[in-house]
Amino acid sequence: MRGLADIARPRVTYNFMVVDRWTDAEIDRIFQALADSTRRDIVGRVVEEGCSVSVLASAYDMSFAAVQKHVAVLERASLVTKVRRGREQVVHGNLDTIRGAARLLDEYEALWRSRARRIDDLLSEN
Amino acid sequence: MPVVSSTKDSEALTMTFVSEHAAPPERVWQLWADPRLLERWWGPPEWPATFPQHDLEVGGMSRYYMTGPEGEQMWGAWTITAIDEPRYLAFDDGFADEHGTVSPEMGVTRAVVSIDPTDDGARMTIESTFESVEQLEQMVAMGMQEGMTQALEQIDELLV
Repeated sequence: MRGLADIARPRVTYNFMVVDRWTDAEIDRIFQALADSTRRDIVGRVVEEGCSVSVLASAYDMSFAAVQKHVAVLERASLVTKVRRGREQVVHGNLDTIRGAARLLDEYEALWRSRARRIDDLLSEN
Repeated sequence: MPVVSSTKDSEALTMTFVSEHAAPPERVWQLWADPRLLERWWGPPEWPATFPQHDLEVGGMSRYYMTGPEGEQMWGAWTITAIDEPRYLAFDDGFADEHGTVSPEMGVTRAVVSIDPTDDGARMTIESTFESVEQLEQMVAMGMQEGMTQALEQIDELLV
């Protein structure tokens, strides 16, 4: 199973900065997958350690089939991978994709770091 | 460095950013409330921001554009959702065209600004919530020149 980071992606250059970009279809799938609170919760549960679909199903007030559907949506967005272990299916978080969002948040943080510095400069002007 | 902490959640798509400044909350508030002051820090030097409209009241709108080195403009608009001068400001930051018409399909960044007094001045907390990874990516692309500014500053430091 390949993560998003393994998939060859077009690269876009912003001045000197070269950043990876997802295709629109990839972004749509991630967006739709994370728009649901149950699915965000599932990603949170499986990111550290894998978890079987049946254990996940017992954690939510919904049917096994409904939880399985949520997992399938996450799988299509490459946010989780499913591995068969004996009779069970174990769901793991896909760090490549989750880190994609983390990387973007890092960039956004850098933006606020320089804003905070400019605010400090302005405040010390007089 | 005024930054105290920064907490990011890449599943919920949120960031909480805390900085401390040696000035009372009223002066920090002025940097948000006075559009001429806001223009001096919202955008990086290469992409300065201009706020032709800045109505700080609930339901009020701010329209701004950032001007690039080639004269290109990128427009955004805030809709103010809550305000309590000089301590609290909440607004939705969206992408817009030059008339300030927000592009709803791009979603908004929900921003909550809290300014609290400290012994030495003020602590400013920014909570940003993104609607989607795509929208976060757009916000970052819009601020991408920040990364360049930082890179140039680092080069400057190396040259000293």
